[in-house]
Amino acid sequence: MTDLDLLYSEVEEDLRSTVRDLLADRCPPAAVIAVYDGDRTLVDPLWQALAVDLGLAGLLVPEDRGGAGASAREAAVVLEELGRAAAPVPFLTSAVVATTVLLAAGSDLAATLTASLAAGERTAVLVVPFTAAPFTAASGAEAPGAEASGAEAPGARLAAVDVVGPHTLTGTVTTVAGALEADLLLVPAYRDGRVTLYAVDAALVDRRPVVSFDMTRQLADVHLLDVEATPVLDDPDDPGAAERAIRAGLTAGTALLASEQLGVASWCLDETVKYLRTRRQFGRVVGGFQALKHRLADLYAGVESAAAAARYAAAALASGDPDLAVATSVAAAFCGDLAVVAAEEAVQLHGGIGMTWEYPAHLYLKKAKADQIAFGTPGAHRALLASLVHLPGAPH
Amino acid sequence: MADEHAIEAIHADLRTRVRTFLADHDPAGVRTDADRLEFLRSRYDAGLAWVAFPVGHGGLGLGQSYQSEVDASFAAAGAPDNRPHANGIGLGMAAPTIAAFGTEEQKRRYLRPLWTGEEIWCQLFSEPGAGSDLANVATRAVRDGDTWIVNGQKVWTSGAHHSDLAILVARTDIDLPKHRGLTYFLCDMHDPGVDVRPLRQITGEAEFNEVFLTDVRIPDSQRLGAVGDGWRVATGTLNNERVSIGGKATVREAGMIGVVADTWRVRPELRTPELHDRLMKLWVEAEVARLTGRRLAQKLAQGQPGPEGSAIKLAFARINQQLSGLELELLGEEGLRYSDWTMVRPERVEFTARDAGYRYLRAKGNSIEGGTSEILRNILAERVLGLPGEPRVDKDVPWKDTAR
Ligand SMILES: Cc1cc2nc3c(=O)[nH]c(=O)nc-3n(C[C@H](O)[C@H](O)[C@H](O)COP(=O)(O)OP(=O)(O)OC[C@H]3O[C@@H](n4cnc5c(N)ncnc54)[C@H](O)[C@@H]3O)c2cc1C
Repeated sequence: MTDLDLLYSEVEEDLRSTVRDLLADRCPPAAVIAVYDGDRTLVDPLWQALAVDLGLAGLLVPEDRGGAGASAREAAVVLEELGRAAAPVPFLTSAVVATTVLLAAGSDLAATLTASLAAGERTAVLVVPFTAAPFTAASGAEAPGAEASGAEAPGARLAAVDVVGPHTLTGTVTTVAGALEADLLLVPAYRDGRVTLYAVDAALVDRRPVVSFDMTRQLADVHLLDVEATPVLDDPDDPGAAERAIRAGLTAGTALLASEQLGVASWCLDETVKYLRTRRQFGRVVGGFQALKHRLADLYAGVESAAAAARYAAAALASGDPDLAVATSVAAAFCGDLAVVAAEEAVQLHGGIGMTWEYPAHLYLKKAKADQIAFGTPGAHRALLASLVHLPGAPH
Repeated sequence: MADEHAIEAIHADLRTRVRTFLADHDPAGVRTDADRLEFLRSRYDAGLAWVAFPVGHGGLGLGQSYQSEVDASFAAAGAPDNRPHANGIGLGMAAPTIAAFGTEEQKRRYLRPLWTGEEIWCQLFSEPGAGSDLANVATRAVRDGDTWIVNGQKVWTSGAHHSDLAILVARTDIDLPKHRGLTYFLCDMHDPGVDVRPLRQITGEAEFNEVFLTDVRIPDSQRLGAVGDGWRVATGTLNNERVSIGGKATVREAGMIGVVADTWRVRPELRTPELHDRLMKLWVEAEVARLTGRRLAQKLAQGQPGPEGSAIKLAFARINQQLSGLELELLGEEGLRYSDWTMVRPERVEFTARDAGYRYLRAKGNSIEGGTSEILRNILAERVLGLPGEPRVDKDVPWKDTAR
């Protein structure tokens, strides 16, 4: 537990304002709301602008592979801003999770694929349910620094897909985030009881869009039927490598989702305070009623706490700190719940306007609630922490 | 992080200073109380007491973030410390206020014996009619040449029974509205006009007191800040008080959570699923509160704390209260026993050294002392979020004409 920097550097603040300006310009709330009505015209140009024009697709990719060579700290700042704007782009799923998987895999193919992601030529996805946690309580006892065995840990099944021919996959993975936007699928699959990792061309796969609770991150059910696949990793001397790479990707996703949740929560706090400073009832500014002041003060304290938890997770991820597993689950457990509280308060404290389709509060409520369930619920992360910090439950 | 080289250079310089100091003052040679005092005074004079304080006053004018390393090096060398628990108000509140508002002469006179623990401080702020509404204090200070004559009654004064000095807020002008007629003093608790009477509290003991001030004489040289500027100085003290609770670098599972977690680990027979859920929620909250405190400390590395520190105290009070309640339930039958209701006047408050029942009861004070949780929420809402202030009937009225 070194004294990690929990604030923002100047470079990070510059990145924030660049992203914020672009989103203010290209991602207006009305266009995001339209996504729920099936109008996704916003999505592709916005992702192009972020991924290619700003180079965010390659943020985590080293410079010698065509990326920006930045760290998880910068990616976290981007996610805060994407959360604040409820932006419907696959940054988390492609530029964080899939990219981290490929970087961790380290094979020649992985390197080639990473470079194409960094250039914005392709968008990738790790084909797992959006609910998949990096570790579960059952596997978590050995999580930090664990040498992955390659064998399936109890309660931590990583794939629903099987290798049926030499290079053929069959199986169905439901509720996958980022699959619709992707042209490259990274598919964990079982071969002889071990997890392996395959690259699959998305065009060969049946991806059925799901009417999703959060349409700013629309899910898909992915059906693979005798689909041709290329192994990303195939080192017989290191059979656990694929599992390690997959778990590294999920850990990065979990640790950084907390920053998106922080962004969601800060939007809710800021907009609610702004509204209540002008809305009048009973001849007074409503924000002057103490019952509401106290709720907002509590929410402010909560958002400040979420900022500390999210920054700590991002900093631990960036520096490969040995405390990463604890930092990740603490951030997931705290920020997951806090963002939901913030969005629920925003709806309630806006009164009738908070219930309308036109006012964007509902975007944040839906995003917060979906994010809370993603990568393991807060309850699942608390259960994992119990084993990480040696506070076991009641004996049976 | 802008300049990691500069930061590393400061760390290296500090390590050299500490090493040189310890070579010249071998902690192994500290045997008697006199040796101990001598050691602490030398450490102060070397600028290694509180490194964030100015040069010449026990510090080196560095950021607060360098302090923990220095303390750790002294502790590792087996050096005596200044018993910080015995002088919490002095170190956490009086010292930063004197450093910020005091004259050179006042800093020279008070800071060294404060840091070494030779002089213990208490806080004479609250009164029967002025608690949350601190600006309403009625204790009068009337000028008599170079001296102020003070009369009034203070209450809830923690540690007054073993204190040498006090920070005091008194009214010097009753014709002005309440916030403007106050002045801040440093009061000698050994003055014959100071009468300290124990006030027994919820735990059975008397940690705090009533203090009656009758014709107490305070030289004008012990006035801190300008006449009439007492509210501003007191606000500085209170902001420090609130961050002194959370804005410290602590390790994981320090404080109440550590006590409960340890009990949990060694007593498997007490565990239930429901308690486990609550414990893990509180563990996460305590860890996040620790990180929030760290983050605040990094923000405050330079400069005076603002109202943001109130958020930490709010969380700290809630978590402590919930944890200490959980601990009693966990202990079950044992939770029904209490160590001792005998009236005593303790020298210090240390949660971890006492039993669970004491912790539960004492933690109730965490949301009252140093500003109640309700007042802290008002502060955050108004000063940080910019929401309208509470309706005030007495703000612009001369204090003498207000309804009290
Ligand atoms: C253990 C302990 C140690 C203490 N040590 C010291 C000390 O060393 N020195 C010192 O000077 N003081 C000390 N205090 C006093 C402490 O600062 C006061 O008790 C505190 O500020 C509250 O004042 P009060 O007790 O008069 O309560 P009141 O102000 O009368 O409050 C009563 C209730 O009303 C609420 N309330 C008041 N105003 C508002 C408002 N505007 N909006 C909403 N709610 C409101 C309060 O939150 C509280 O719940 C100590 C207190 C405790 C419990």
